[in-house]
Amino acid sequence: MRSTTFDNGLKVLIQEEHTAPLASVWCWYKVGSKDERPGLTGISHWCEHMNFKGTANIPRDQVKGIIEQYGGTWNGYTWIDQTTYLETATRDALDRMLFIESERMASCLYHPDDCESERTVIISELQGGENDPDQLLDQELTATAFKAHTYGHPTIGWLPDLQTMTRDDLYGYYRRYYVPNNATLVIVGDVETDEALRRVNHYFGGIQPGTTPSRIVTLEPEQTGERRLTIRKEGTTAYLKVGFHAPSVTDPGFFPMLILDAVLTGAKGLNLWSSFRVPPPQRSTRLYRALVERGLASSVSGGLMPTEDPFLYTVSATANEGTPLASVEGALLEVLADVELHGITEAELIKAKAQLRARLVFDSDSVTNIAHQLGYFETIASVDIFTAAPSRIAAVTLEEVAAVARRVFSSSNRTVGWFDPLPLGSGSTKSDV
Amino acid sequence: MSPDHRASDVVLRTSAAARSGLNPARTVLDNRAVLLTKATHTTPAVTVNLAIRAGSIADPTGLPGMTWLLSRAIDRGTVTRAAADIAEELDGRGITLTITVTRHLFSLVCTCLADDFEPVLALLGEILMSPSLPAEEIATRKGEVITAIRQDEDSPAVRATEALMALLYPAGHPYGRRTKGSIDVVERLTRAQLLQLHADRFAPSELTAVVVGDVETARAADVAARVFDGWRKPVPAPIALPPVALVNERRRVVIPMMNKAQADIAYGFTTVTRGDPAYYAFWLMNNAFGQYAIGGRLGDSIRERQGMAYYVSSSLDANVAPGPLVIRAGISPANVDRAVASIDEEVGRLVREGLTPKELDESRRYLIGSIPRALETNAAIANFLQTAEFFGLGLDYDMRLPELLGAVTLDEVTEAARRALDPDRATVVIAGPYE
Repeated sequence: MRSTTFDNGLKVLIQEEHTAPLASVWCWYKVGSKDERPGLTGISHWCEHMNFKGTANIPRDQVKGIIEQYGGTWNGYTWIDQTTYLETATRDALDRMLFIESERMASCLYHPDDCESERTVIISELQGGENDPDQLLDQELTATAFKAHTYGHPTIGWLPDLQTMTRDDLYGYYRRYYVPNNATLVIVGDVETDEALRRVNHYFGGIQPGTTPSRIVTLEPEQTGERRLTIRKEGTTAYLKVGFHAPSVTDPGFFPMLILDAVLTGAKGLNLWSSFRVPPPQRSTRLYRALVERGLASSVSGGLMPTEDPFLYTVSATANEGTPLASVEGALLEVLADVELHGITEAELIKAKAQLRARLVFDSDSVTNIAHQLGYFETIASVDIFTAAPSRIAAVTLEEVAAVARRVFSSSNRTVGWFDPLPLGSGSTKSDV
Repeated sequence: MSPDHRASDVVLRTSAAARSGLNPARTVLDNRAVLLTKATHTTPAVTVNLAIRAGSIADPTGLPGMTWLLSRAIDRGTVTRAAADIAEELDGRGITLTITVTRHLFSLVCTCLADDFEPVLALLGEILMSPSLPAEEIATRKGEVITAIRQDEDSPAVRATEALMALLYPAGHPYGRRTKGSIDVVERLTRAQLLQLHADRFAPSELTAVVVGDVETARAADVAARVFDGWRKPVPAPIALPPVALVNERRRVVIPMMNKAQADIAYGFTTVTRGDPAYYAFWLMNNAFGQYAIGGRLGDSIRERQGMAYYVSSSLDANVAPGPLVIRAGISPANVDRAVASIDEEVGRLVREGLTPKELDESRRYLIGSIPRALETNAAIANFLQTAEFFGLGLDYDMRLPELLGAVTLDEVTEAARRALDPDRATVVIAGPYE
């Protein structure tokens, strides 16, 4: 992998992979929902939508199909630390992909009609998410766990902000953050590095840098006591979530926490883009045995994301029909209390490391996945963390895992959320925090 | 627009020149099991995909969901291994075993490190051939399935789609049944019934074992043959599918779910079998209509121009029996009527006018050009080979596909639309906060 920084500040990472006649291009921006102030929640994600609406040199009606012509796929996503766009297509489309991303960086239009049309699309996206009780609970739990840090609001934003944000808000935000010195361009695939760099220079070299955007810096104060919330809403199924403030990706506790999560719920790997689409190997894990094998829950999962600032480690369980949430919570907290007190075993450490080793291999099976990983880590911290991940995982000790368990699983650090369904047809909704 | 590329030339050149075809090796064992192997060396990993022709159509009459419950319990013990041993063996290697049930196939799929290939294939073979189905495991899995059914009952998307399928495939047709079954049936299923289902339907003649990854073809075939060669069982009786009834009127069903924020629309028709000569015309028609570049024509109208939905698309599932074409959209309750009217309008326009030459050309380029991407990973290749084997498409199907798509004419696409689509014969289901 070669790393180059252009004069305008654009960082470029290129990795040649000649296993298929494909190339994947990702353009990453250091802007996510944590950069949003009150009143503008959801603006990062809305801008992402607007950046597919046509540019100065790509008329709106020609956006459609611009990469499909090459058999390609394109997409984008916004999360708490970052916004990113990708195209994967045949290698011949490299110029086209770079052209699209250069246009997206410098020349999006934000036509007022398009901004209005997208407002309702995004509200529809939000409402679709609210149809899922588990997603609703996750949103409320996160908001309860964070008092100060902007990780607390959902990436899609709060509905009142989505109803009132203006085109000028959106365009101003776009111009502030979409500058080459706030971006990382990643190319992985059947390309030749020097030639690819020349093509990058052709499309991006002339884009002027902007003022490096300052990011909102807020430290979440230490949580001093357990927080709880209950959503009572019509539904059929009860859900439990327990969130703990967790180490950021640069914290020495991150990789021990990754091991701990593997022991509790199975190794997910480190790829937000692909790992979470395949369930982890978890049947022998502590929480699966305590909740699912005992018939208390139909599923359990753990979530530890690599993030720039300390985010949450969340354990989620779906209560089996007829099982009180209190029983599920009791069994779950008992397992966590045990690892807090005793740590994990040598055999568990060995197994977790083997799982993670395998997952890192499985997560690198396509140019798209490899490119994602390079850009993701460079945007939240440094690509070096990703390349060092195998050795960092291998070096984790039992003591480090025990220490992070004590630090994370203390009762004062947790937020407990219940989705406690009301009978269908009762016509009521209630939330207690 | 700059730069000026002629994309079709580029795509066709790449497809023809850069790919030499998958060229999988195919072996048929004495017991009629089929082995398909393909070596790749992208990562030191191997995907194993075992498919038995015993999907949900194998559910005995009056017992929908039995195959699904079998799929939840089959890997929870074998004649030589307890559930905990299997869990340790898979987890210790970082493997997730995914077991799926479609209408026609019961599949065990996993990816493992190349070093683990032999013991993993042996384990999967044992799970497939000799499950013990312990009673206590079945009881636990029943609880999970019942909870999953309850979750489905609270999902507008699932409710709309299942109701649509039941309307398109009525009178107990297997395509119209819920794969997971119903709670009352699941509760009373017994271990003896599951063992009987396995005994009746799981046989080497129904197995296709696909191995793709960092293992040489000859060795993969040799290992697979050792695992399955000794399996001896009679060929199961074929399962006859009832004919698919023609729909001659428009039907509209509303499932009020007033606790939800958004409504889901499922709007559909029955179409053709996978073996129908018009299949490729249907595929291209569906791509242009409801998939190309975020939802095709439907996406352009309902999402892009009218801003009514985050998602709208159509899917075509041509199968052994004439499969459905289903249009789905998530819509704010205030816009449901307008969205259905827009779908009607687009369906009507497609039937009246067909596609434009540009639309057909774009979809064709896309589907042909996406073949290398669709066959990039081991898992994707294995899935492709399973599909090709199931429908008898041939070992060179990946190489013939561009030609098959390339031969479709505008008239054939229009004829496909007229044959299956008609707003006056549409079945429409709306589930959500709408009355």
